[in-house]
Amino acid sequence: MNIASSLYYQFSDTWAITKRNLYRYLRLPRLIFFSSVQPIMFLVLFNFVFGGAIGSGTKIPGGKYINYLLPGILTQMIMFGGMQTGIGLARDMSAGIIDRFRSLPMSRGAVLAGRTLADSVRNVFVAVIMLSVGSLLGFRFHAGILRGIAMVLVILLFGFAFSWVAAFLGMFSGDEETAQLASFVLIFPLVFASAAFVPIQTMPHWLQKFAANQPVTFVTNAARSLALGTPDGGAIWKFLVWVAGILVVFIPLSIYAYRKHS
Amino acid sequence: MTKFAFEADNVVKHFGDVKALDGVTLRAEPGKIFGLLGPNGAGKTTLVRMLSTLLTPDAGTAQVLGVDVVRNPDKVRRMIGLAGQFAAVDEYLTGYENIYMVGRLYHLSAQEAKKRAKTLLEQLNLADAATRTVRTYSGGMRRRLDLGASLVGHPEILFLDEPTTGLDPRTRLDLWGIIRELIAGGTTILLTTQYLEEADELADKIAVIDRGKVIAEGTSNQLKAKLGGDVVEFELHKLSDSPKALKAMSALAKKQPTTDESGLTITVPVSNGSKGLLAVVRELDKAGIEPSALSLHRPSLDDVFLSLTGEKASTVASQPVAAKKGRRS
Repeated sequence: MNIASSLYYQFSDTWAITKRNLYRYLRLPRLIFFSSVQPIMFLVLFNFVFGGAIGSGTKIPGGKYINYLLPGILTQMIMFGGMQTGIGLARDMSAGIIDRFRSLPMSRGAVLAGRTLADSVRNVFVAVIMLSVGSLLGFRFHAGILRGIAMVLVILLFGFAFSWVAAFLGMFSGDEETAQLASFVLIFPLVFASAAFVPIQTMPHWLQKFAANQPVTFVTNAARSLALGTPDGGAIWKFLVWVAGILVVFIPLSIYAYRKHS
Repeated sequence: MTKFAFEADNVVKHFGDVKALDGVTLRAEPGKIFGLLGPNGAGKTTLVRMLSTLLTPDAGTAQVLGVDVVRNPDKVRRMIGLAGQFAAVDEYLTGYENIYMVGRLYHLSAQEAKKRAKTLLEQLNLADAATRTVRTYSGGMRRRLDLGASLVGHPEILFLDEPTTGLDPRTRLDLWGIIRELIAGGTTILLTTQYLEEADELADKIAVIDRGKVIAEGTSNQLKAKLGGDVVEFELHKLSDSPKALKAMSALAKKQPTTDESGLTITVPVSNGSKGLLAVVRELDKAGIEPSALSLHRPSLDDVFLSLTGEKASTVASQPVAAKKGRRS
């Protein structure tokens, strides 16, 4: 097989699996319903519970906490979405579907790539919902629509990278409950000990050190600077380095786990 | 050298400290149904997973049509189809979408995959259910769809891992019919089963496997000969009929009929079950004896294990947890 046709099959295999995962979403209307309600719930709760306490103490363009919050909470929701990648793969594994795929002469990465891509498509849907509700609560792109779109892309790109981490956890843990637990243990410290919901300056020194140097802070700061037109303090390129690093490490690692699964 | 359909040579596989396969050597001729018979945890699934490139052996080699499963798994995957114990089809896709997707993953063109899906669904009597999601399918329909998915790539070798386990007798017969049709197309089949009846009915050659070892191999008739074959058993009303009955039976039995302790139950080994039963009835009628009970016993998997290992198959399955810890079927 020459390189061109091998590349073609990489894409067509990945597309076949992506389509399969998207069909699943379409056939699960209740899943779509709660996938829409959950981000709205988080957005509304965080905005009104924390908004009063935090909003007054921070300098936010437009003066509203929602402008600070939305990039952070969107990142959190998209990481929750990424978690589904691992859970879905673990479920496919216990259902024997992964065995079928592994016995086919298809590309080794397609099952994982198809899943992470389908989850990215769903993330677009989540982003649209959150931006719509956010705008009702007063969120605005302060630096123009192009940068606004760039903000969404930054978060989606991070979501795609995080899906590969979750994919590895799913393949590695092998069952749905472990995959879910493992992802939670990863997501919570990353999201809460970051600049996602509050500025990190009020955290204790040791926690600030962690918060200032971990990817979720870079993602939310990068996204925020794009949405609000504030200086990014180098967050954008640090975010890009992190995403590249995650993909370089976790794509091969998850494909390895997929191949070696028994 | 003849090319075997598949070949396992002294294959060993451990899971932790449990030996799932303990030096298995098997060779199958092309174009036949090869039955792998054994209880739960015998190593059947492990062997199938190995031959279908899902597992690598710890020691020994395995080949499919002369291609090593470890060194050239992709080439093997192009020649095989796999239908597992658990119907590995997607619940939320329709029957058609499932088969079409697998066709695309076998790298058929969109047109070919479409055609293949239609043909297979037709052949498997699923055409009417093609546009329904698999969630709405019955167990038998799922198995048929799973079988269909394994056939998409026109495999030369088909691995069927307990394809009928858990199905009702009618559905099982349906599936047997489909499997027989397949072999007419020249496909080699490796069929694993817990049912002697199934191996007997379908397989040209049978290997009996237990605790990761092949303990007997041969045609169904060869294995049965080893086991003593079918027996007819009947019970008399009165003991005084016994000599007369024994005399009548000795004429047709290939081995001496035996009586139990009470002398009322007589066991007659026969070479062909149903014909033997008719012959026994005829002889009893001629002798004017009316039995109080009459039955035909065919050797069961229990009998196979009893005679081959001296241990009942059912006790293997129901051993204390500690003894079968981590055993995989």
